[in-house]
Amino acid sequence: MILSTLQIVLLFVVAAIAGMGSVLDSFQTHRPLIACTLVGLVLGDLTTGVILGGTLELIALGWMNIGAAQSPDSALASIISAILVIIGNQSIATGIAIALPVAAAGQVLTVVARTVTVMFQHAADKYAENCNFRAIDLCHISALIIQALRVAVPVLLISLFVSPAGVQNLLALIPAFITTGLKVASGFIVVVGYAMVINMMGAKYLLPFFFLGFVIAGFTTFNLVAFGVLGLFAAIVYVQLNPKFQINPIVATSDSNTTDRFDDELDD
Amino acid sequence: MDRKKRLTKGDLINMFIRMNLQQASFNFERIHALGFCFNIIPAIKRLYNSPEDQKAALKRHLTFFNVTPACVGPVLGVTAAMEEAKANGAKIEESAISSIKIGMMGPFCGVGDPIFWGTLRPITAALGASIALTGSVLGPIIFFVLFNLARLAALWLGLFYGYKKGLDLVLNELKGNKLQKITEGASILGFFVMGALVSKWTVINIPVVISQITTADGSVITTTLQNIFDQLMPGLLGLGLTLLVCKLLKKRISPIMLIFMLFAVGIIGSALGILA
Repeated sequence: MILSTLQIVLLFVVAAIAGMGSVLDSFQTHRPLIACTLVGLVLGDLTTGVILGGTLELIALGWMNIGAAQSPDSALASIISAILVIIGNQSIATGIAIALPVAAAGQVLTVVARTVTVMFQHAADKYAENCNFRAIDLCHISALIIQALRVAVPVLLISLFVSPAGVQNLLALIPAFITTGLKVASGFIVVVGYAMVINMMGAKYLLPFFFLGFVIAGFTTFNLVAFGVLGLFAAIVYVQLNPKFQINPIVATSDSNTTDRFDDELDD
Repeated sequence: MDRKKRLTKGDLINMFIRMNLQQASFNFERIHALGFCFNIIPAIKRLYNSPEDQKAALKRHLTFFNVTPACVGPVLGVTAAMEEAKANGAKIEESAISSIKIGMMGPFCGVGDPIFWGTLRPITAALGASIALTGSVLGPIIFFVLFNLARLAALWLGLFYGYKKGLDLVLNELKGNKLQKITEGASILGFFVMGALVSKWTVINIPVVISQITTADGSVITTTLQNIFDQLMPGLLGLGLTLLVCKLLKKRISPIMLIFMLFAVGIIGSALGILA
């Protein structure tokens, strides 16, 4: 499959949308589930795009930017992986093997881009001196264009030079034991994301609910919707019964003291 | 108080649209400083006429700011309400506006990160991904719609509520425990579902054979190490690995480094026949 000019243009647009999503973290267009699906749509193989997106999404479930800390880059990883898998007619497992190194490279590009945008911040300071509202707006939007190009330019280069034979030859260079090992590892690489979520959650005294979910899942075949409903009930009952949230101030103070001490012990 | 200068509904809608671009100029020097200024520009234009006042307002909103992007609504609303009061002649110092903004950053990161990144996104994404694995395009659509509905609702309601309540929100309502209740509830839901995911979606298999028994009728019963772990508790190895990674992350080992380490474990383990 050789890409048409229209497809290359559309891939550039999709990559730009994912790049903007990656910094905005608003519409989630940088998540594998969305980005891979859009690439599949452009390349005429929606099903592969959706399945690859779902697979990578599970691996990246807990990847998040907290404050100034950057996570691996799902935008560039999803798009390049989806292009190579669909054009080179590769397996989903190969897609994972492609995505992870690209996510690491993308993380470096993200840090560079977010350092470059300091320039726009300083330009805006100058425009504030003479109340140039339009120019301040432009500074803000221009920084977004940098972030779009961060993903779109590498993707453009790949889609200009990619060919089915090229992808297959390149991937054939990887020895079989590495491909098998990567497939095995992809089964448990998800835990990095789970661990990121657990560490980010502040209230460690709520960890029993984590273990409760774990045990129930181990011995039942409930689906995710059931777990969502059960978790919601657990949350409502906990908040209703918790003395910390009762109106009576005497009970509230005495109890919050004891739980604080209990937390301190857990933290040690 | 006499309120001659008021924000119009159009200004608020303009600010609501701008909030979606909150992080466009994310930078390592002042994070969302320019983003917040960009958000509040419609209010500054409406409330201040003289260039001196406009300049002062722009400059006080180009200072360091950072909050979970989905939770900027209430901060922007309260700040706009304070600017409005100041423009109408109330005695509000510049430093008061800045300190309210900074004071709201902490609590709303504390609420926003667990709710949006710890609970809402993993759950909607896991739901979407599980449907996507069957090849159905419904998966990405469900994820996109559910997450964004919740996010846009938080921005819209947060902005309007914050603007309407103004300082009352900071002085009275946040002192109560409403925010803490919501955060704790969301954390419980997030933890609970995360526990289920660790059990259901982590695949580790150790096919090391412990014993092989030939029964009377000639069939062979093989017991592997994995069978024993599964009898103890399904998903036990995944749980152990998750807790180990939690510890390593706390030791400041980066996520991408851990991913490559786990890759190495997978390659070496499968080459030696310990993992499958």
